[in-house]
Amino acid sequence: MQKKDILNDDALTFAEKIINLKNTSKNLLRAGEFAVVNVDLTLAQDSTGPLAIKVLDDLGITRVNDARKILLFLDHTFPAADPKVAALHAMMRAFAFRHGCTLVEGSISHQHVLEKHATPGLLLIGADSHTCQAGCVGAFASGIGSTEIAAIWASGKIWLKVPESYKIDVSGKLRKGVFSRDIILHFIGRVGEDGGNYKSLEWHGDTIKSLSIESRAAICNNAMECGAKNSFVAPDARTRKYLRDAKRKPIAEIFPGKKAEYAKEFDIEADKLEPLVACPNNVDNVKPVNEVEGTPFDQAFIGSSTNGRIEDLLVVARILKGRKIKDCRLIVTPASKHVYEEAISMGLVRIFMDAGAVFTNATCGACVGTHMGVLGPKETCISSSPRNYVGRMGDTTSRVYLASPATVAASALNGKITDPRDYL
Amino acid sequence: MRLQGKAWKFGDDINTDIIIPFRFKSRTNDPYELAKYCMYGIDPEFPTKISKGDMIVAGKNFAGGSSREQAAIAIKYAGIAAVIAESFSRIFTRNCFAIGLPILVVKDITKHVKQGDEVEVDVDKLLVRAHGKEMRAEPWPPFLTDILKAGGLQEYYKKHKKFPWE
Repeated sequence: MQKKDILNDDALTFAEKIINLKNTSKNLLRAGEFAVVNVDLTLAQDSTGPLAIKVLDDLGITRVNDARKILLFLDHTFPAADPKVAALHAMMRAFAFRHGCTLVEGSISHQHVLEKHATPGLLLIGADSHTCQAGCVGAFASGIGSTEIAAIWASGKIWLKVPESYKIDVSGKLRKGVFSRDIILHFIGRVGEDGGNYKSLEWHGDTIKSLSIESRAAICNNAMECGAKNSFVAPDARTRKYLRDAKRKPIAEIFPGKKAEYAKEFDIEADKLEPLVACPNNVDNVKPVNEVEGTPFDQAFIGSSTNGRIEDLLVVARILKGRKIKDCRLIVTPASKHVYEEAISMGLVRIFMDAGAVFTNATCGACVGTHMGVLGPKETCISSSPRNYVGRMGDTTSRVYLASPATVAASALNGKITDPRDYL
Repeated sequence: MRLQGKAWKFGDDINTDIIIPFRFKSRTNDPYELAKYCMYGIDPEFPTKISKGDMIVAGKNFAGGSSREQAAIAIKYAGIAAVIAESFSRIFTRNCFAIGLPILVVKDITKHVKQGDEVEVDVDKLLVRAHGKEMRAEPWPPFLTDILKAGGLQEYYKKHKKFPWE
């Protein structure tokens, strides 16, 4: 099949189109069938990379297929929190040096990818589950494990099952105090934490079109929490401007066919949404903020790949400006060095510090309970990170509420879960 | 491949943070070290309780969440011979085949197997036997069963000097 036949095939979903474009064989594949694809780009981080390096060593593979397609990140526990992590960091540095591939220290992989690599038509496979974020600019981006990433490093290819797709139509104007994080929280609450298992989620509708790239990223990132394989927003004028500003070109703008078949279709009325909170201990335990208002907590965390961007920090700064946090500690962790620098140059850090927050370097940190704000026994946290499973952010008896950065910031002013609309 | 062992039963949605918390999985590549934290989120003593060859039996959406292969490694090296569940997350599924840990999808398995039951598994025939009842597991595509038969992706590569798709 010719490339333009695939691109113009009205019966194919986005996932079917892009997998067929990257497929190494010539048959047209549909949902449920297996492909072997050429991978455009891979990523691995400091808790998945070392294992992948070990696999290549154990197999005696000394050369990689294409070093330009390997992105390595020291992001989860950066800077190293202890000698064990330091040793694994050293292993990744040595590998990067040996093969001449990019190693980024101190920016979360997905944020860096969004800033520097993500583009329409890219097929990105990452040894990290939130790799799916890059779909927000019309890429196919999906997570896998260390052994398979090593296999891609060696061969340039991987097997993929063509996923079925869900079409999610989001319409209406978001009300004040309601953000894109609330859209994805609503969806996860609705379908459950395996409700999107193996699916390609396609986000359609005027609300999605009105969202900035950063807001779309939050949706595509957090989509992992309903088990999705990948998440997609069609490229549009906003995407093109984002790429122009980043001096980047698309590989291919791929649109789902108008007659594509979806396993399920959903409608979300964005104008009816309220600020939401995912309650302990599951990501799908979603409630309106008013139902949990007044719940005290020990720590508030704003950061992670899901909501650690400058757009998020700007909303936080608006809420915190001229005010002080109370009865809790607030940790603000930007998602990349670029966000960190922007936050400083825009005067946001002054606002955070005056409010009593701690502003850290860019890292995953508290999100995974590895450093920079680990929770102790029986502590409670409200967080803009993606997961609140048992022991996620620290002790097995700690509990985590998840919410948008605005909800977290408003809550930090009171030491109790608070409706952000009180401050916006 | 025929397996026999005691069933360790878990419910639905046993996610990867429960199977092995990040701060443990991110400090080492040693599979036996990782195994010490297997199922830490639910029972830190689990690795000391099980015998080599035992099985995990679980409900739906086993191992959702992170891509961490260390979850599959911890389970395998703790001595678990197979995981039987009503459904698995996709990344964990891939990781199990990659490291050669047999997994089987059996509808309603938690209704038919109790904690401590003796379970027999025929990995090739996709059969699970408990209480004299025989249950069928869902088939995997042939290329995945080839990988599992070889003992995982690494073993496949060692045998064939290439990956299955090359």
